[in-house]
Amino acid sequence: MLERIAKVINDYLESDRVVTEETTFADLELDSLDMVELVMNLEEEFGVNIEMDESLKTVGDLMALLQRA
Amino acid sequence: MSLKIIGTGRALPQKAVSNDELSEFLDTNDEWIASHTGVRSRYVCTGESLTDLCESAAQKALLASGLRAPEIDLVLCSTMGGDFITPSLACAASERLGLSCPAFDLNAACSGFLYALDVATMYLAGGRVKNILILSAEMMSKHVDWSDRATCVLFGDGAAACVVTAGTALQYLRLTAEGNTGILFREDGSGNSPFREKKERGYVRMQGQEVFRFAVRMIETQTKAALESLSLTADDIDFYLLHQANRRILDFAREKLGQPEEKFPMNIQRYGNLSSASIPILLDELLEQQKIQKGAKLLMSAFGAGLTAGTCVMSWE
Repeated sequence: MLERIAKVINDYLESDRVVTEETTFADLELDSLDMVELVMNLEEEFGVNIEMDESLKTVGDLMALLQRA
Repeated sequence: MSLKIIGTGRALPQKAVSNDELSEFLDTNDEWIASHTGVRSRYVCTGESLTDLCESAAQKALLASGLRAPEIDLVLCSTMGGDFITPSLACAASERLGLSCPAFDLNAACSGFLYALDVATMYLAGGRVKNILILSAEMMSKHVDWSDRATCVLFGDGAAACVVTAGTALQYLRLTAEGNTGILFREDGSGNSPFREKKERGYVRMQGQEVFRFAVRMIETQTKAALESLSLTADDIDFYLLHQANRRILDFAREKLGQPEEKFPMNIQRYGNLSSASIPILLDELLEQQKIQKGAKLLMSAFGAGLTAGTCVMSWE
């Protein structure tokens, strides 16, 4: 799953970064609308609906959300 | 038979306010506003009223239509609020234009122009009227909180007018409303009733992330439904006239539809979000630049507080 998330993130950022569960969205310099775009891309990739909230800080948080969705 | 637009016009206040001017009293700057929203400047009313803007836009639309004011049988105005709580802005504009036909306002927030087109279609289908003046006029500067850098930088003031009559240009139109007062709203705390609990005079408040998701989803799903219904593909549309709320919503939706930038005209950089006036002003500008030829396929899509949304397809005639 991490690999697929990392690919969506790198496609979105047009980058080739190493993404781990500890990577924060602040590290990736994503603002609040970037987060929405990223989450919508992930929803498409995984075919799920994700409920967003402010506690979403790291890629690990996102993985937990995706696992629950 | 549905309708066609036979004349358009627009009017903006005189005063343009740049992002730099906003940074004089808000903790923000041009680089941030431009990169996060696409807005570089907006017009705001100083001495002008919305009635003034409506009158000016309507005169231009009438001139373009070749009709004289007395030939108008109905005035429909989409607005979140005119110069008076009552009478309606449509009536205030009618006074200036010397009209005595029925006139009323409708409020569907930023989707107002699509809602007005729908009402106009029904009136024309009923055969009671021949020519309708649609006004879309918004003074967002009185709705926003000028101490809130997250919202006030986004909006602007302006008005558009369209003269419509029976025709076949409008080929598809669907509206929705989800019934929501929490994501995007302005509460009205006016009045001095001694019996009512005191309320603050509210300003526009919004949850940006939720609005963004709603907007992109609506544009995507409604556009696909419209295209499917008409057996068209996204490539068949010449111009996508989307509500100008935030450049990033437009870009994201465009990528989802896999369409080139030139099909998505934009004026948000000059005007900000004009609520229901944004699409008809965009249309007026494209017509002025002679970019819309007969037979051109236009898809218009709007979304706003309510949560309202609407999408239509026109084959220009």
